[in-house]
Amino acid sequence: MSLPLVVLLPFLGAIAAPLFAQGGRTAIAVASSVPALIALAALFPHWETLADGGMVLHTYEWLPAIGLSLSFRLDGLSLLFALLILVIGLLIILYARYYLKEKENVGKFYALLLCFKGSMLGIVLSSNLLLMMIFWELTSLTSFLLISFWTHKQDARRGARMALAVTGGGGLALLAGILILGNIVGSFELDDVLAAGAEIKAHAMYPVALTLVLLGAFTKSAQFPFHFWLPHAMQAPTPVSAYLHSATMVKAGIFLMARLYPALAGTEQWFYMVSFTGMATLLLGAYVAMFKHDLKGLLAYSTVSHLGLITLLFGMGTKLAAVAAVFHVINHAIFKASLFMAAGIIDHETGTRDMRRINGLWRYMPHTATLAMVAASSMAGVPLLNGFLSKEMFFAESLQLNLPGYWAWLPPLVATLAGTFAVAYSARFIHDVFFNGKPVDLPVYPPHEPPRYMKIPVEILVFACIMVGIFPAISVGPLLYAAASATLGGNVPEYHLTIAHGFNLPLLMSFLAFFGGLLMYSQRQRFFDFHARFKEVDEKAVFEAAVLRVEGFANRLTARIENGSLQRYGLLLVLSVIAVAAAPLTNLGVFIGENGLSPVDIPTAIGAGVLILCAILTAVFHRDRFTALVLLSVVGLVVALAFARFSAPDLAMTQLSVEVVTIVLLMLALYYMPSWTPLETATPRRVRDVIIALVAGTGMTLVTLAMLTQPFSSISDFFLDNSKSGGGGTNVVNVILVDFRGFDTLGEITVLAIAALGIYAMLKNTALTPPPGDGQGHGWSRDSHPLMLRLIASPMLPLALMVSAYIFLRGHNLPGGGFIAGLITSVALILQYVASGMIWTQDRVPFKYHSVIGVGLLFAVIAGAGSFAFSYPFLTSTFDYITWPVVGKFEVASALVFDLGVYLTVIGATMLALVSIGRLSPHSAIKSPKEGA
Amino acid sequence: MELVFALVIGALTASGVYLLLRARTFPVVVGLTLISYGVNLFLFSSGRLATGAQPVLGTADGYADPLPQALVLTAIVIGFAMTAFVVVLSLRSLADHDDDHVDGHQESDATHTAQKPEETGK
Repeated sequence: MSLPLVVLLPFLGAIAAPLFAQGGRTAIAVASSVPALIALAALFPHWETLADGGMVLHTYEWLPAIGLSLSFRLDGLSLLFALLILVIGLLIILYARYYLKEKENVGKFYALLLCFKGSMLGIVLSSNLLLMMIFWELTSLTSFLLISFWTHKQDARRGARMALAVTGGGGLALLAGILILGNIVGSFELDDVLAAGAEIKAHAMYPVALTLVLLGAFTKSAQFPFHFWLPHAMQAPTPVSAYLHSATMVKAGIFLMARLYPALAGTEQWFYMVSFTGMATLLLGAYVAMFKHDLKGLLAYSTVSHLGLITLLFGMGTKLAAVAAVFHVINHAIFKASLFMAAGIIDHETGTRDMRRINGLWRYMPHTATLAMVAASSMAGVPLLNGFLSKEMFFAESLQLNLPGYWAWLPPLVATLAGTFAVAYSARFIHDVFFNGKPVDLPVYPPHEPPRYMKIPVEILVFACIMVGIFPAISVGPLLYAAASATLGGNVPEYHLTIAHGFNLPLLMSFLAFFGGLLMYSQRQRFFDFHARFKEVDEKAVFEAAVLRVEGFANRLTARIENGSLQRYGLLLVLSVIAVAAAPLTNLGVFIGENGLSPVDIPTAIGAGVLILCAILTAVFHRDRFTALVLLSVVGLVVALAFARFSAPDLAMTQLSVEVVTIVLLMLALYYMPSWTPLETATPRRVRDVIIALVAGTGMTLVTLAMLTQPFSSISDFFLDNSKSGGGGTNVVNVILVDFRGFDTLGEITVLAIAALGIYAMLKNTALTPPPGDGQGHGWSRDSHPLMLRLIASPMLPLALMVSAYIFLRGHNLPGGGFIAGLITSVALILQYVASGMIWTQDRVPFKYHSVIGVGLLFAVIAGAGSFAFSYPFLTSTFDYITWPVVGKFEVASALVFDLGVYLTVIGATMLALVSIGRLSPHSAIKSPKEGA
Repeated sequence: MELVFALVIGALTASGVYLLLRARTFPVVVGLTLISYGVNLFLFSSGRLATGAQPVLGTADGYADPLPQALVLTAIVIGFAMTAFVVVLSLRSLADHDDDHVDGHQESDATHTAQKPEETGK
């Protein structure tokens, strides 16, 4: 349980921390420290197991079907990284307390920092590659948000975007690589993957998987040529730079290489790709760092260079090199985090990070200067400091590489050269900042020491530099052994953690680098002049230009496809439907299946003829809208007849009543709209549309014909067999609606309700003035509510209500039911509105239609939920027979309550829609019969 | 019989599609209604055409497939709700633009109405 907890705690903390923001920076800093402290306490008991190279595994199933499990693994390597994340995280929390200003959004900062911490812990503790991938992406996202913490700074936003684009893109490559690995191994569990190293390396897809995984690692760890995002990420607040962009997140790629070392390393591809990338990064970063005037820029390129160094060590492929790599991960995290913090202090106290202005700070802040100088010496690889030890191991390993011929000289040469640069830029960091004359034009003058507690994290880290440097075996020995053992799968080579190995070649290289570096720094002006000859490429500008190009392309493409013309979308939709449907149709071959055609009787033929004719005439006369509407109503009525003809009485009744409501609706709409469609489309376009329409119609005809003449089997026998015994009704269609497929129906009446409410909302504050006449010179009838109609309509209402009650009640056994009864009631009500006007009728309707919808849905849900009371699933129905006087034996089904809900919802939705439209114009109010029609 | 039925659906679809491609809202609504008739008939017919076989137990010798009927019944009602929604949408568009063109404005030639690329916020 403890491992998932360690990962989860920071996320919980991220939720809780902002609540403490009210209490000030100290309160939130203390609150944010809690998750890390608990996590450290939770990890501590496992140390015994891990020290001997053992591991702890906690696995919970999540999505076994895709091989994703919540499995967490703690071994030496993950412990090392977890400790770095947690301990440096704690120091950063303390540091940020003093770094951030009071008015800044500290709640957001700490919440994001904790989110990042949780994600990073997730990466190092995951034992499932897919799970790790999720956390991997989360670190990219939190890094993006933290870099752009100062959202008002354009550079910060751009830097964040660049970081996200590069690391996120790498993340995609990594995901692909992991999927391939999982495919090869047949599992995403780390244990299986690591055990299958030989199988993976022999597989044909190995080069692809390796390249993709390395792309992920290289982008994350800022390796050449993807290094450019890291310096631009320095726009982040300094605690973020120290934590994410030097100590932890950029090490995620390194961690990945270490984690998958047994599975992927040891081949030629690995050697060349990793070691040469590392070499290029090492040299490039070290060289550029020297010329950066920005304090954090120098540190950023130095970080790039050191990441290259670690990568190179992993690339070498020897076991000792891997040990050295792990060692350098620790050392770099310690000295670089402290250097970033020192740089932050200097920035904080002087208001600038420009080394051309910051000079001679020794006089103003000797304490900070001492700390920074020790850390910088460690970065340069000065003996008795931790940086020296791993650098010596690196030099020693660079001599061991078996490259053919003269190439063997390359690694030691590169190593020494990079070491020289490192000494030079470290010397610059020390000399240029703390000595070298007086400060120039500082925004904050005079600078002074920061608050006492701001220096504590730096002091702790610098102390660690010295401790590791002098007593390596005691201070980090066991941890390093455990981590190396986990990296190498248990086969740790013999190595010695001592401060001096006697006078040997690596030591000579160190001397060369040290004095070469000092010499280089003393002659720095020449190098600056040399460097100035090259035009500096601003990666940000290049990147932005590329982004702009892509954006422009996307916008042009979007503008072409999505030009705002609904007419065109309709065309594209129809064409794509035709295209999609046409492909399988060409394979159909015959359009008349085995069943063949059956004979036609004359009434059906006449009906079909009327239907086809009216459908075509609707299209032909569509510009005369009233005519089209009348023709449309004929089509609808014949469709109702067709349902009746082909054994669907329920459908016929539904279609009939819907038809009435639809025509009323369209008539109402036409009252506001022009009644005549102008001729505005050019003839070729109409011809084109006719052709498209004919193609669509022909296609549907062929599909229907092919379907109707095929033999088929249906699941409906089940419904027919169980309708009476299970649902208690003989009208199978209705039983399906309210019982078998009751949940579907519930969803459908909900859609109905939403549509009605949408209509209401859309028209709520809209007013439309109808045109004065019908567009052909005829005015509206002055007698808007004719006496005859009103006289007939009034007695119709109770009759219609009685009919609908009858239809409703018999619905379970004979054609009818809630839908049809609801529509009949609606038609009766609409008749009252038409006959007597909006206001007159509305005055006499004692309820709002919204409530009717609500009550209807409530009935349906209660009818369904009622079955819970008897421990049956949702919408289980029951029925019984009771004997009523006069009526006789009568069946009562619980589904009747459900159907009542359907009934009410249909009425409410239909009426709400129509009344909303009818209420649109002020006209309907004026012509109410109260004022004398 | 099947051929006649198929022709009916074809005619409904063809007329509906033609009207769907018109430039004014009302014909488009009418077109959608025609298409929904066609679709409902098509879905209904997936249970095949039966005469005198209403799926009410005890009233016929054989029964037509009740499942497509149940599905189409709700489809008819929801089709009405959607028609009403589209009608109201077009009324709202008429109120807002003072015009019943489907694109919300008079120009029927859509090619030169391409929207300007949105500000990218830089």
